[in-house]
Amino acid sequence: MTEAEIKALYLRELHKIAPEVELDKIDPAIDLREQIDLDSMDILNLAIAIHESTGVDIPEADYPQMASMSGCVAYLRSRST
Amino acid sequence: MADFLMPSLGADMEVGTVLQWLVKPGDVVKRGDIVAVVDTEKATIEVEIFQAGVIQKIVVPEGEKVPVGTLLAVIAANGEPVTAAAAPEAKPKPAVAAPVVKAPAPPTPSAPRPVVQKPAEPHRMRVSPLAMRVAMDLKVDLAKVKGTGPDGAITKADVERAAKAPPPAAPMAAPTVGPAPGAQAKPAVGAADHHATMRKVIAAAMARSKREIPHYYLGTQIDVSKALAWLQAENLKRPVTERMLYSVLLLKAVALATRQIPEMNGFWIDGTFKPSEVAHVGVAISLRQGGLIAPAIHDVGTKTLSEIMVNLRDLVKRVRAGVLRSSEIADATITVTSLGDQGVETVFGVIYPPQVALVGFGKIVERPWASGGMVGARPVVMASLSGDHRASDGHRGGLFLATIERLLQEPEKL
Repeated sequence: MTEAEIKALYLRELHKIAPEVELDKIDPAIDLREQIDLDSMDILNLAIAIHESTGVDIPEADYPQMASMSGCVAYLRSRST
Repeated sequence: MADFLMPSLGADMEVGTVLQWLVKPGDVVKRGDIVAVVDTEKATIEVEIFQAGVIQKIVVPEGEKVPVGTLLAVIAANGEPVTAAAAPEAKPKPAVAAPVVKAPAPPTPSAPRPVVQKPAEPHRMRVSPLAMRVAMDLKVDLAKVKGTGPDGAITKADVERAAKAPPPAAPMAAPTVGPAPGAQAKPAVGAADHHATMRKVIAAAMARSKREIPHYYLGTQIDVSKALAWLQAENLKRPVTERMLYSVLLLKAVALATRQIPEMNGFWIDGTFKPSEVAHVGVAISLRQGGLIAPAIHDVGTKTLSEIMVNLRDLVKRVRAGVLRSSEIADATITVTSLGDQGVETVFGVIYPPQVALVGFGKIVERPWASGGMVGARPVVMASLSGDHRASDGHRGGLFLATIERLLQEPEKL
């Protein structure tokens, strides 16, 4: 997956979880739990959605890396090579 | 023949707006079917029906706001002949044993029932409930919104785009799915006002709670190292899609503890405590737009942790999307609020009437913990109980918290 594809996937799934969030205002580097008040259930749903779209198995210990877009991109790129 | 009334979806609801009918006259319904979508100022609710039969007549049209207890539709019991739409007038009939405790509220003087002009509607538009709600808030005519969602469905973004577009010369002239003119008590409820409305609704319920319920409060620290270690090991065995959150353990422990101390579980109605056989656990879920809502997971005590997790995921998803079911809103018998991994260490909640107890869990913190003469670092949670002193005393409340603590020491048995 390219970086752009991962970003598109991430934003699409984030929109499903938090439909009220304006995606173009998301700072990719900042943890969404602080930025838009996502909770552990939201992060879990994000991890599940990303797993289902990419097939990458994400251990629970790595969930925190799903909490920012940059973190997720870096994580998926490292896992898919 | 039976009446389908605007249900009371929680102690804080006085009026509801019929956003959408999912049935039409002649449709056969069974118990539990979702027949209408209702907006309650706090959430969009999919209203279930509790009798089987055939929809005979729809009395309140889409877009109209009516008080709790108003006749919404008439249902013929199965086998009963359906008198064709030779419409009896839209007046509540001399209620034959209405299923609601409250007498049907009189129609509000501010909302004279407008002539029932049926919006011309050859085909049903596909509109997400969230979009529908936003459309009402923003006064957007859905008939004029172009849908960009799946199968041309209208999404929230579509509605907002339409709201920003310059208004046409004669707004609201065409037949509209929006609120009928005059149906709304207040002049304009903009999106920004939605927050204010939500606060007002919460204010009413919480003020009633503090006025009527003599709260007592208890708290105890619980070592959750065993629970967390068990959960981590369990989740390692599970694929991503089946992993569980820690709060599921809390919900199950609270539900099981109510079996030992039943005075915590049920309703205080008309001066007496009515215990509930099963524990429908309300889960306080905060809304990112502000405010909170506490829908119930049904009969938590008999469900497995995995089942509770599936229910919780589904519930949170629908809360976020702003769509809940009537039974979830109305029938929680006890509420749990868990601050999870963020927030503060202690929470003492306000009981949601007519319930009689609320259990709070603070965030997990690592603390020095003495046990067996040794001090070690353990993950610790402050569990609190807000109890209704009319239904129980502090002694029983203490036993209740102690039971929860004991249950959490044996997570594999939950």
